[in-house]
Amino acid sequence: MRKFDTKVQYLKYKVLREVAKQAWADTLQDNLLDIPKMIVPGKKPTMRCCVYKERAILAERVKIAMGGNKQNPNVIEVIDIACDECPMGGYEVTNACRGCLAHRCEDACKFGAITFDDNHVAHIDKTKCKECGCCSKVCPYSAILNYKRPCETACKVKAISMGEDKQACINNDKCIECGACVYACPFGAISDKSFILNVIDMLKGSHGNQNYKIYAVVAPSVSSQFTYAKLGQVITGLRKLGFHTVIEAALGADMVAQAESKELAEKGFLTSSCCPAFVSYIEKNFPDLLPFVSHNLSPMATISKYIKEHEKNCKIVFIGPCTAKKGEAQREKVKPYVDAVLTFEELQALFDSREIDITTLEEDVLDNASYFGRIFARSGGLADAVAEGIREQNLEFVLKPCSCDGIEQCRVALLQKRAGKLQANFIEGMACVGGCIGGAGCLTHGEKNKAEVDKYGREALEKTIADAVSLLK
Amino acid sequence: MKVTVCIGSSCHIKGSRKVVEGLQYYIDEAGLGDKVELGGTFCMGKCQLGVCVTVDDKFFSVSPETVKEFFEKEIKAKVQ
Repeated sequence: MRKFDTKVQYLKYKVLREVAKQAWADTLQDNLLDIPKMIVPGKKPTMRCCVYKERAILAERVKIAMGGNKQNPNVIEVIDIACDECPMGGYEVTNACRGCLAHRCEDACKFGAITFDDNHVAHIDKTKCKECGCCSKVCPYSAILNYKRPCETACKVKAISMGEDKQACINNDKCIECGACVYACPFGAISDKSFILNVIDMLKGSHGNQNYKIYAVVAPSVSSQFTYAKLGQVITGLRKLGFHTVIEAALGADMVAQAESKELAEKGFLTSSCCPAFVSYIEKNFPDLLPFVSHNLSPMATISKYIKEHEKNCKIVFIGPCTAKKGEAQREKVKPYVDAVLTFEELQALFDSREIDITTLEEDVLDNASYFGRIFARSGGLADAVAEGIREQNLEFVLKPCSCDGIEQCRVALLQKRAGKLQANFIEGMACVGGCIGGAGCLTHGEKNKAEVDKYGREALEKTIADAVSLLK
Repeated sequence: MKVTVCIGSSCHIKGSRKVVEGLQYYIDEAGLGDKVELGGTFCMGKCQLGVCVTVDDKFFSVSPETVKEFFEKEIKAKVQ
């Protein structure tokens, strides 16, 4: 079964795996410059114009695997030389235009931007075109295409523009670190910085959890990942890597659901604070709405705080589908609790760097949270959990949730709130479409992912939030 | 006296919530709330022996069925 959605992910994984391998063997410094050649050994190029360019780009990937540019606070980084400088002329007529008689394109254009040459072939006057796309929709030959860069299309917060040398540029003042561009770029020219070396250092330094214990806090979206193996085998794999134990971030979600429903009943209106990209979006675009953001830490930070307060001298690594969590872990409020963040992509590389084939392992168990904590992983789950929190605590509050699936829907809801026109008293904001299961750090994205999360939710031993949280005193 | 119950996944599945609730009940019933500190931890590394419980660092294997007996013998009888 396929481990990844795309070959770009596979390439990134190969770099991460090799860097991790060298780090485990304490040979990274010695072999650093040789890693690109290990990955592209021959003389024939397989991806780019020549092996030298391939290796030069791989060298940049190695840097990002080692933490990337420390001067750039953004966890998302462009690899300049990997950017293929895709054409981005907007709507253009291709040579599929047959010079027909109907000229639907001309009629569809409200701005008079379509003209015809002597062969009746359509042309778009760029000074008049407003990029509405109406001409493209009506062409019977699909001859009008929108040349837009995949990264720009993916970036719904408009943080990506073209730099002086035509390469993609990220505006850190707008970027919310959701990673949509990372997943979208067909050339793998945008990447999330990795903290895999920090994790390896921590695992080594713990000396089998003697010096300190290392906890893996795993996001509930794990239920839709590693589909080639069993979840229990992933847990055993984590223990084999050297983690003391594995805890569900979903237990933190239960804690959040309980606290957030109370907070909501007190305040009357709230937006969620679980998705760091959504919170960052509000900070950057709707600062006037910040007072409405729930004061709860995210599930990741909430459970990590609990563990750190109850276990002296421990380290916590969060493993999830999210690139923005890497940024969240660096925030002052979260920093004391989360020592590093890995994506599922990086966990796969970490397993393979130790040659741990999880399909051969026994199944361990993972069961800390309730159904409601677990369904935080998919859009709508957080609102369901808050409704349950209100019910369980007998709060006198009628929940009218607005579950925003993806940052575009978040934007609409926030604009409505600002204008006083939102018919809801709770905004569930998830930057990724589908919720966390749509995260950029997932190994695979599939239609069945939501069903997998719900199934995993139903398998939880505890059926209520209160029961799951009752163990934590 | 410090009593710690494992609430990690494996012990949770074997009934650590019932063990915690049981201990809490018996401690309250015997009026030992100020003498016994009941706490939880994630994994003691002896998952096969769960539900894992320690009493002042001494290890015990308890189950929801044996909570009462364990409380009488190891907590009530020994607490000062």
